[in-house]
Amino acid sequence: MSDASHVSDVVLQTRDLVRTFGGGRTLFGGQKPTVYAVRGIDVAVRKGETLGIVGESGCGKSTLARMLVGLDRPTEGNITLTGSDMNDLIAHDRHALSRRIQYVFQDPISSLNPRKLIRETLAGPLRYLRGLSGEDLNKRLAELMDAVNLRPEFLDRYPHEFSGGQAQRVGIARALAAEPEIIVLDEPVSALDVSVQAQVLNLLADLKKKFGLTYVFISHDLSVVEAVSDRVAVMYFGRVVEQAKGRALFDKPLHPYTRLLLDSAPVPGKRGLTVEDASAELPDPLAPPPGCAFAPRCPRAQDDCVAKVPDAQYGLENHDAACFHPLNPVTSA
Amino acid sequence: MTSTAVTGPNSNPHTNAKKRSARPSAFKLLARNQLALMGAVILALVVLIVIITPILPLPDPDATDPAQRLLRPLADGHFLGTDHLGRDLLSRLIWGTRVSLAVGISASLVAALFGSVIGIVSGYFGGRTDNIMMRGIDMLMAFPYILLALAIVAALGPGLMNALYAIAVVNIPFFARNIRGVTVGIAHREFVDAAKLSGKGHIRIILTEILPNVMPVIVITISTTVGWMILETAGLSFLGLGAQPPQADLGSMLGEGRKLITTAMHLSAIPGAMIFVLVMSINLLGDGIRDVLDPRLKSGALARPAPLTRIDRTDEGAGTTYPDDTVLAVDELRTEFVLGDDSYKAVGGVSFHVGKNECVGLVGESGSGKSVTALSLLGLVASPPGTIVGGRVMFDGKDVYGMSEDDVRDIRGGKAAYVFQDPLSTLHPLFSIGDQLVEAIRAHNAVSYKDAWAKAVELLGMVRIPNPQSRADNYPHQLSGGMRQRVGIAMALANEPRLIIADEPTTALDVTVQAQILKLMNNLRNDHGTSVLFITHDFGVVSEICDRVAVMYAGRIVEMGTTEQVLHHPAHPYTKRLIDCVPRLGEPDRRTSAIPGLPPAVNNLPAGCAFADRCDRVEEACRVGSIAFDDLGNGHGVRCIKPMEGADV
Repeated sequence: MSDASHVSDVVLQTRDLVRTFGGGRTLFGGQKPTVYAVRGIDVAVRKGETLGIVGESGCGKSTLARMLVGLDRPTEGNITLTGSDMNDLIAHDRHALSRRIQYVFQDPISSLNPRKLIRETLAGPLRYLRGLSGEDLNKRLAELMDAVNLRPEFLDRYPHEFSGGQAQRVGIARALAAEPEIIVLDEPVSALDVSVQAQVLNLLADLKKKFGLTYVFISHDLSVVEAVSDRVAVMYFGRVVEQAKGRALFDKPLHPYTRLLLDSAPVPGKRGLTVEDASAELPDPLAPPPGCAFAPRCPRAQDDCVAKVPDAQYGLENHDAACFHPLNPVTSA
Repeated sequence: MTSTAVTGPNSNPHTNAKKRSARPSAFKLLARNQLALMGAVILALVVLIVIITPILPLPDPDATDPAQRLLRPLADGHFLGTDHLGRDLLSRLIWGTRVSLAVGISASLVAALFGSVIGIVSGYFGGRTDNIMMRGIDMLMAFPYILLALAIVAALGPGLMNALYAIAVVNIPFFARNIRGVTVGIAHREFVDAAKLSGKGHIRIILTEILPNVMPVIVITISTTVGWMILETAGLSFLGLGAQPPQADLGSMLGEGRKLITTAMHLSAIPGAMIFVLVMSINLLGDGIRDVLDPRLKSGALARPAPLTRIDRTDEGAGTTYPDDTVLAVDELRTEFVLGDDSYKAVGGVSFHVGKNECVGLVGESGSGKSVTALSLLGLVASPPGTIVGGRVMFDGKDVYGMSEDDVRDIRGGKAAYVFQDPLSTLHPLFSIGDQLVEAIRAHNAVSYKDAWAKAVELLGMVRIPNPQSRADNYPHQLSGGMRQRVGIAMALANEPRLIIADEPTTALDVTVQAQILKLMNNLRNDHGTSVLFITHDFGVVSEICDRVAVMYAGRIVEMGTTEQVLHHPAHPYTKRLIDCVPRLGEPDRRTSAIPGLPPAVNNLPAGCAFADRCDRVEEACRVGSIAFDDLGNGHGVRCIKPMEGADV
């Protein structure tokens, strides 16, 4: 693989990331059930790119996002931020991580404290992460509002006085306030009305250009991810099942699950979705299957799929899928 | 669905700036509750008297005068008489009330302080901290409270301050548990995570993020416990463990009077009546405060909605005629919500019809009035605050708003059925899905439980739930989102409806599941000849399932036509821009242009076209007068004076 030449500009990387919930022993020594939310994820993000992560509910994408910003700690594996281990960063200075990587929440209204003015919400990161106060702080507040196209008088309003789109812009301003290199966007437009989604997406694109930001863009909406991403990873049941650079994943999906996702998305002006068999269900997260998690739903599943987990080599430039019987078996460069 | 109507208009800071006081203030709400107001007035009176006690011309409450003992009320110089030592009862009563009130309130505050700290810390940190603290609280609660109070007083010795401590300690668990419950809910909200990422430490988060949100609950709890605390203080004093002679407090007065209850009843009756008045007024006021501060009660949950939306029509539609096979005809329907001094025109004159076996899509953004339209059809909009103020809905040729309540109820779930967005909140969590289907069937048909169960299983099979026999015994939480929505559809199908009204039935579902549900609905429609009114915001879903589409904006239909007409030749600029502003799969390079601005608030609609302020084709004429709905031919119509080129005319 050609990864070596690009190692220098990788800003965020995860290795064998695992997160389980529950587990341990009960009072009487019985085994408590363990939920496997994330089951070994390797992703890398390069400076200045947008990595899109697609998946359906329950695939672990939000758990992954929370681990990337330090709101949650991995059970196994590690996360490195431009070469330094995240655990070291947090141990050394718990603010250092928040100055470099920030988060935009899915529900813009509930991510703002209903009893605080927007001014107080935005002042938080400026004061505690950037050490601003007094006149500098006010100046910076005005700059931030300007950056997200909100009028400065909105600073003295409460969250309930905002529409979803405006509140999400406040959420983005809060992330920007820390002057991070990377922003993790967890379904940033899913809770918004369609006519407002485009406003927020365009704003995100402008900010990325203006401040040289790197995005990790998490969504269940394939069309949004396709429109914003430089590289796309598809998640299924706690693992990345396919990853590719650019449009390759949409043009020539390798994994049958990616194919199914693409075929299930309704497109305005087109009719006739292909529909899989109704009995298909997600595997039980308390007892993940030994083989490929998609095998029970997969039209191409064979004996080897249920016996062993297929492996994949995800690089920065290639296109690969964790599948024994991919759809377009072309070897990646 | 009132929420869309309420948040919609509120969401626009521009229009809101001037109208912030549209909703009645907390104080006004409290004053509206007459019982609470009465409590407040009485309490204020008592507090006033108690505060000015030292300057009142009262005799010394502890001055004994055996010559004047046991005087009846209204005796000369002693308005309420005297007690067994000849002390003036009025003076003792007022001084005693002062002590009781002070002890009750202080005990509440002390209990609130310690209880809230324990509750917040335990709820915020969770895990082991929570476990240890809550088990401690559990131990405290395991003792009968009066025994615990007695034990504390016994250990500390009798006295008013010790009684105060005892009562405070006994009530800490009550606060701690209440506050912990609320804190747990708040600690997992996203704004707390956001505060962590803003660099705030735990103490700062607790003080500036959690506490302001918990404060209303603390106030509610205090206001509902003060009365109880006064009773408990009186109880301890009555037992001789609180106020020590000669100090007067209501409990000790009652205790002293008890010995002479047969000879001088007024000695116990007067302090007893005072306790009653005090506690009653505090409790009435406390309940009033709770009603105002509790968001659930504030939203109107206390006001039981009427079984049918209030109908107060000024007109009965324009009398448009529709084809013979029309199942549902809506003619100039208007629904409004009155909140405070504002009326929100959520639906402002909507007309459309659904033919037999036809699927009509109602497309719009949140606040456009599509859900309120759907709920208005069978009078399901909550009243108050909703009112149907005009128009007509013809179902199967009959005017729904002219029917009796029983007739409308018969149609609901019978000939016309609803499918809602969130099946988890529409299915009852405590009944198996089979039982719920049986209930739906038996509400409209006189069949035995056994037959209804068989039919329920058949319905589950019809919506392609694998293993319907055993699945019927499942509870809603045991099913996945897609399965639950299938159950929702099965329930809608239970009585072979002529019309299914589906309000965003796939919005909460994953795309792969959405595809299955859409296919299922299409098949059912074809097999049973059912008509469908499909409400959605997604044009992709519309093209998949709908024959005709109506696009709603600010409470009115702005364009209507076949799916092909509206999607490929949109005539209204809003329709065109709404289609263009979403990225489309397979066309990543297509420019997605945002629509600038926001929809107008429906309590403040402009005179002309509601879209004018956001439209790039706007002219002077657009802002003058109401815009008519023009027919473009072939069933395509648009509410625009300058329809777009490319329309199929």
